Amino acid sequence: MPQSTFAPTSEAELESVVRGAIAAKTPLEVTGRNSKATLGRPVQAAATLSLSGFSRITSYEPEELVLTAGAGTPRSEVEPLLAARGQCFAFEPPDYSRLLGVGDAGSLGGMIGCNLAGPRRIKAGAARDHFLGFTGVSGRGEIYQAGGKVVKNVTGYDLPKLLAGSYGTLTALTSVTIKVLPAPESEDTLILEGLDDATAIRAMSLALQSPFEVSGAAHLPATINAGIAETLLRLEGVPPSVAYRRDRLAALLAEFGICRSHPADESRARWIAVRDVHPFAGDQSRIIWRLSVPPMEGARITAAIADRADAQWFYDWGGGLIWLSLPSSDDGGAQLVRGAANSGHATLIRAPQDVRAAVPVFTPQPTALEELSRRVKAGFDPAGILNPGRMYQGW
Amino acid sequence: MLMMPQPDAETIARRAEIAADLRAIVPGEGVIETPVEMRAYETDALTAYRQMPLLVVLPQTTGQVSRILRYAHEKSIKVVPRGAGTSLSGGALPLADGIILGLGKFNRILDIDYENRCVTAQPGVTNLAITQAVQHRGFYYAPDPSSQIACTIGGNIAENSGGVHCLKYGLTTNNVLGIEMVLITGEVIRLGGKHLDSEGYDLLGVMTGSEGLLGVVTEVTVRILAKPETARAVLVGFPTNEDAGRCVAEIISAGIIPGGMEMMDRPAIHAAEDFVHAGYPLDAEALLIVELDGPRAEVDHLIARVSEIAARNRSQSLRISNSEDERLVFWAGRKAAFPAVGRISPDYICMDGTIPRKKLPEVLRDMAELSRKYGLRVANVFHAGDGNLHPLILFDANNADELDRAEKFGADILRLCVKAGGVLTGEHGVGIEKRDLMPEMFSEIDLNQQQRLKCAFDSQGLLNPGKVFPVLHRCAELGRLHVHKGQLPFPEIPRF
Ligand SMILES: Cc1cc2nc3c(=O)[nH]c(=O)nc-3n(C[C@H](O)[C@H](O)[C@H](O)COP(=O)(O)OP(=O)(O)OC[C@H]3O[C@@H](n4cnc5c(N)ncnc54)[C@H](O)[C@@H]3O)c2cc1C
Repeated sequence: MPQSTFAPTSEAELESVVRGAIAAKTPLEVTGRNSKATLGRPVQAAATLSLSGFSRITSYEPEELVLTAGAGTPRSEVEPLLAARGQCFAFEPPDYSRLLGVGDAGSLGGMIGCNLAGPRRIKAGAARDHFLGFTGVSGRGEIYQAGGKVVKNVTGYDLPKLLAGSYGTLTALTSVTIKVLPAPESEDTLILEGLDDATAIRAMSLALQSPFEVSGAAHLPATINAGIAETLLRLEGVPPSVAYRRDRLAALLAEFGICRSHPADESRARWIAVRDVHPFAGDQSRIIWRLSVPPMEGARITAAIADRADAQWFYDWGGGLIWLSLPSSDDGGAQLVRGAANSGHATLIRAPQDVRAAVPVFTPQPTALEELSRRVKAGFDPAGILNPGRMYQGW
Repeated sequence: MLMMPQPDAETIARRAEIAADLRAIVPGEGVIETPVEMRAYETDALTAYRQMPLLVVLPQTTGQVSRILRYAHEKSIKVVPRGAGTSLSGGALPLADGIILGLGKFNRILDIDYENRCVTAQPGVTNLAITQAVQHRGFYYAPDPSSQIACTIGGNIAENSGGVHCLKYGLTTNNVLGIEMVLITGEVIRLGGKHLDSEGYDLLGVMTGSEGLLGVVTEVTVRILAKPETARAVLVGFPTNEDAGRCVAEIISAGIIPGGMEMMDRPAIHAAEDFVHAGYPLDAEALLIVELDGPRAEVDHLIARVSEIAARNRSQSLRISNSEDERLVFWAGRKAAFPAVGRISPDYICMDGTIPRKKLPEVLRDMAELSRKYGLRVANVFHAGDGNLHPLILFDANNADELDRAEKFGADILRLCVKAGGVLTGEHGVGIEKRDLMPEMFSEIDLNQQQRLKCAFDSQGLLNPGKVFPVLHRCAELGRLHVHKGQLPFPEIPRF
C-alpha cells in the first residue's frame, strides 16, 4: 500500500516530484480520481502521484469542436458542460463505476489512459481517435507537449495515440485536448427477439453492412436478460432520418422475426446499461473479461468458453466486443479465455488483486512486439518510475 | 533550399557490392541500378527536390523486405521506403547513400471480408483500388486524398492522409484496423487485426503518420463502410471570407457535420472556373461547397438547414445539386484546383497548415500581406470543416530567386498558422519541406521525446533519415537520464 500521496498543482511541481522519484528510485503510482485503480495489474509503488490537482477547463470552443482541460478534471464536470451545448464525446466513454464498485466515472486523463469507448465505437472510434494533444511530464522528469489543439494535425509522431491506453506508464498527463462532436438529436432502437448468438451476430452484421448508419449493435442472450434474448440496433440522427432508417432496417431484417422499437428515453437507458456493463455490475465476486475480436468470431469464442465454465456473456460492437463473466478461480479463467480468443485480445477487467498480480491482465505479446514496447517504455520512462508493472509484469 | 545530411562516401563506394548482395535477396529485375531506370525515383511530388538514390530495390514478399532490412541494419545502410511517390512534403525523396525500398510490387488485395467489414491489402495497392474492389457490393474506403488514383495505401498510412470527407469519416488513422510491418532489424510484427483497438501501446496509431521513419508496412487491414444512399452538394458564394467563415462555424454549431465542406478564395475560384467551367460564381470572394450525405430524408432536411444558415450569413448565390451529375460538376472545380493553378503558373507549391477556423479571416488577411511582400500570388483551397488550409503559392522556377522566395513565403504562412494556434501540417506530413520549421511548434524537449520513440524502433537512425527532424541526435545521447540530486525545489508540494 503506498505510504504517501503527492498532489502537485502546477507542472513545475509535478516535474520536481518525478525528478525526486527518479533520484530516490521510488516508483510512483499515477492516478487521476482513482476510479480505475483496479484496472490493470497492481502497481508496486512507494508513493501515489495524484493528478487530481490539474482540474481546470482551460478552453471549450463548441464551434471549433475542441476542449482543453486539466487531465484530472472530473468527467462529471465536463460532460454536462458539453451536453449544454448539444455536444458530446462521440466515442461514448463508459462509466465503469458500478462494474468496478467505485464512486465515480473518473477523470479525463483516466478516460484517455484507459482508451475507453462505448457502443458507438463501431461508428465513431475510441478515445484514441479523439485525443488531439497533451502536455505532461515524462518519466524522465521533463515537461513536454505533443499533438495540437486543432482537429486535423499530422505534425510529428502521433504521441497522443501512444498515450491513449498506456495506463499512465509513459507520461503523467497534465492537460489534454479532446475533439468533441455534436450529440445526436434523437435516437431509436430496434429490437429483435429470441435469436441465438450466431444468428444475432449475423443479423447485426447485415445491419452494419447496410447504409443505415447503425450506431450501436448489441446482443443480450436470454441468460443475462430476464429469460429473453434481445438484439439491439441503435439509430441516431435527425428525426426524419432516424424514422426512415428504422423502417428500412426493420424491412431488411424481416427474416429475423418481428422487430419492436424503443422510443428515445428507453433507448438511451438501454444503451447506458450496455455501455456501463450493468448486467455484470451486481455480483462483485465474479471475474469479468472484455474481449475484442473479429465480430463474426464472437459466437464461436463464447461457445468454446461456455463448454468448459459457468460463463455468462453479452456482445456489443456487432459481436466484436464480448463482455464475459466467470466464477472466481485461481487464474481467473485466463487460460480458457485466451485459448478460445485466438484472434483479437482479452483483457481481465475485474478480479481480486492477487489474481490480477498473478495472471497477465493484458494478452501476452509475441517477443519482438514485447521487446519493442519495452524500448518505447524506456524511451519515456527509463527508470521505471511511472506505474511500473501496471500493464505487464516486470516493467 | 533545405540541406540533406552529408552522404556517407564509404557506402557510396561500396555500391556495386551492395547491389550484388541485394540481388541475392531479390533476384533479377528487383534491383535497379542504372541512372536511366533510377530516374523515375529521384523525386516525389515535391519536385523542387531531386536526388538520385544509391540503388532501388523492389521486393515482392515480406520475407524479402525482412532480409533487405536486416542486411541494411547489419551494414548500416540507409533505407527510404517508397509507395507511389506522391508525397507533397518530400517524404520519399531519395538519399545519395540510401536504398529506395519500393513497394510497387506489393499490389494485391489479399482478403475482402464483408461480414467483418474490412479489406486486407498489400501496401502498394492504390487507395482507389480498395474502393473499386468493394463498390459493386455498395462499400467504399472512406479516406479519399485527391491523389487517390495514384497514391498507395502504405503511403497513406505513412502520411496519415486525409481527404475531403475526413471531417465526417476520419483520417487514415481512424480507418486502419491492422498492419504487418518489418522493423529495421528484419523482425516482422503484426499490430491490430480485424478487431478494434489493440491492447498494449498503440503502436498502430504511432506507425500511422510516421512518414517511413519507424518501419516498413507490408500488409494493411482497413475498415470499409457502406456507401451512403445519396449525396447532394450546395454551392454558395459569399461577398467576403468572413461571411463564409461564419457560415461554416454556424453549420457546425447547429450540430451538422457535413460529408465535406470545402472553401475556395477568389483566385482559386477563378483558376478553377477557367479550367473546368463548373459554373462557379466569379463575383464571389469566397465559395463554399457543402456536401450532405446519407439517406434522402436526412440529406433533404439538412440541405434546407444549411441553406437557411447560408442566407443568414449574406450568401450572394446558392445552388443545390439536383442530380448526381450536377453534384460532380460542383466538385469538379475543387478537385481540379491544383492542375487549374498549374495552368496559370509555371510552378506552384502547396502548403498545408491547420488553424482554428475562427482565425481564418485574420490568417487570410496576413497571407495577402505576405503575398505583396514576396511579390508572389497565392490561391487558397481550404478544408473548411476542419480548418485545414491549402495555400497554393504560384511561382516560376526559371526566374532566379523565385523558388527561394516561394519557400520563404510558404514558411511564413506556416508560422502564421502556428501563431494562430494551429499546426504546420494537417495531412501532407513534415517530410523535408517543413522539417526545419518543427521548432516553431515544438521545443527541443518535445522534439527529443519524439526522437526517443524513433530510437525504440530504429536505434541507428537508418530509416528515412533527414526527414521530419531538424536536428538528429544519437540515440545513446538521447537515452541518457540526467538525475537531479539534492533539494526538491518544491518541498511544500502537498503530501498526504
Ligand atoms: C495531386 C496531389 C493531390 C494530393 N492530395 C492529397 C489529399 O487530398 N490529402 C492528403 O492527405 N494527401 C494528398 N496528397 C499527398 C500524397 O498523395 C499522400 O501523402 C499519399 O499518402 C502518399 O502516398 P504514396 O504512396 O505516394 O507515398 P510516397 O510518396 O511514396 O511516400 C510517402 C511517405 O511514406 C513512406 N512510405 C511509403 N510507403 C511506405 C510503406 N509501405 N511503409 C513505410 N513507409 C512508407 C515514404 O517513405 C514517405 O515518407 C496529394 C498529392 C498529390 C500529388
